Amino acid sequence: MAEFHPALTQADWSAVWLTFKLASVVTVILLLVGTPIAWWLARTRSKWKGPVGALVALPLVLPPTVLGFYLLVAMGPHGPVGQFTQWLGIGLLPFTFAGLVVGSVFYSMPFVVQPIQNAFEAIGERPLEVAATLRANPWDRFFTVMLPLAKPGFITAAILGFAHTVGEFGVVLMIGGNIPEQTRVVSVAIYDHVEALEYAEAHLLSAGMLIFSFLVLLALYSRKTSVWR
Amino acid sequence: MEMSGVPQAMSQAAASTVEARFRVQWPGFVLDVDLNLPGRGVTALFGHSGSGKTTLLRCIAGLERQGQGRLSFKGEVWQDSARHTFVPTHRRPLGYVFQEASLFPHLSVHQNLIYGRKRVGGAHRVSLEQAIDLLGIGHLLERMPDRLSGGERQRVAIARALATSPRLLLMDEPLAALDLKRKGEILPYLERLHDELEIPVFYVSHSPDEVARLADYVVLLSEGRVVAEGGLQETLARLDLPTAFSEDAGVVIEAVIASHDENYHLSRLDFPGGNVVVAQRREPIGHRLRLRIHARDVSIALERATGTSIANLLPATVVEIADADTPAHVLIQLAAADTTIIARITRRSLDQLGLRRGMPVWAQIKAVALLGD
Repeated sequence: MAEFHPALTQADWSAVWLTFKLASVVTVILLLVGTPIAWWLARTRSKWKGPVGALVALPLVLPPTVLGFYLLVAMGPHGPVGQFTQWLGIGLLPFTFAGLVVGSVFYSMPFVVQPIQNAFEAIGERPLEVAATLRANPWDRFFTVMLPLAKPGFITAAILGFAHTVGEFGVVLMIGGNIPEQTRVVSVAIYDHVEALEYAEAHLLSAGMLIFSFLVLLALYSRKTSVWR
Repeated sequence: MEMSGVPQAMSQAAASTVEARFRVQWPGFVLDVDLNLPGRGVTALFGHSGSGKTTLLRCIAGLERQGQGRLSFKGEVWQDSARHTFVPTHRRPLGYVFQEASLFPHLSVHQNLIYGRKRVGGAHRVSLEQAIDLLGIGHLLERMPDRLSGGERQRVAIARALATSPRLLLMDEPLAALDLKRKGEILPYLERLHDELEIPVFYVSHSPDEVARLADYVVLLSEGRVVAEGGLQETLARLDLPTAFSEDAGVVIEAVIASHDENYHLSRLDFPGGNVVVAQRREPIGHRLRLRIHARDVSIALERATGTSIANLLPATVVEIADADTPAHVLIQLAAADTTIIARITRRSLDQLGLRRGMPVWAQIKAVALLGD
């Protein structure tokens, strides 16, 4: 038998670190961007609620390649986003870490917005009305009543958003490519290893992902207050 | 059409009253009221479910922004749709007690109590200790809301509203979600509120007993309109109310304990125009009590009955005769000196006795409900 010491290479470790960094940045951005969207969706009676809700949910059903393709076009030199970023002087986003972040924000959006929206809807108007009769202004009501009451929803949203970003592949490949230390995340690294017939390395990374994903879901499903009540 | 018998309050009285004129229209529901409510005491907004009483209370609180109208509280304008004036709820100096206690579940009782209080600027007219004592919740302060009983939760909610030193306290059926025993547990606290604090209370209820026990002024609502308003005793003694209310028809009388009969364990209660004897009370002679006499518990005799077990007989005069809730019954308004009583008898008895206005009769009172038991 051949000598065989499967171990993560330097490149693999940097892919792991990059994945972690990407998921963290995306999760933070999504919590900031997703909360107002979830708030609006949970409370509006506007006719736009349906269309906006559907738009947010699109990544749930769309092949990631479709999303990646359109993002690539939009962020490319002739796309509207690309023209805008060039005008801003930050160049083009595809094949950069920033591009990955943008793509992932869209891709993981429903996983963050929906648990928060569900939490807001379950809490309802009453606690806010109570707070209003106790002299709390709208911002005060949001931060002292809604946020604490919706905490389980936010935790679920953060876990799902993080885990889902870690697991993405199609969007990354379309708009990020495979640049070490910039856009080469774990899922792409596994793909590379398999292409190169380095099954042992692919195994290590895959097993790591498997265990990580299982632990995340275990944490989610073991929590006392589930958003899927 | 309003049948209110109360004269329009004079304009100089506006500084001490609450003027509420609202029109809210939803599919299948219209609230259309124009009220001038007393700025003191307990005003009951009374009606069946769907009568608009809760909507009216929410309009006063500023929780229904769709409501068009004008609201001024003791001269301060809180809403004037014609001038696009709308003071948001959190800037109105009011307290609101919802039907369900709605305590903040993530805060302890004490934190719930100070949530509103610390957001109110200026001097507190109600001290935190006063609110806690009045509702008897001193032993609950460190608990979380999920470890309180329904009655305790509602007491905390009332204290929480009081602790903001509101200038107007709005209560939306605060007892409706509670069983009879819990109701009995809270009612005395509400009475103390009435007696000890100078805060006007608007109290939404569909329970005649609660209204009879707590209210000074009554607004009767039906299908979004005011069908009657006025002082508690005058309003309940009226016969011209919609038949929907006559099933529960009855009067409230303020009486004073006049004497106790230790042999038979009875107490005599005096009121202007007569007296009734009830099972012995614990209260001392001179104590004031409210008692309610249901129309269905009053029968009429032409002569003073003898050989009857009914102890409470009052000489009275027939004032008015009106239709009741069923075609088989009529309501008779009786005057026993200064006190008005309503009797609900069958139409057959009416004809057999040949009752007419001005006729002297004897009112036989089968039962008296003492409010406060």
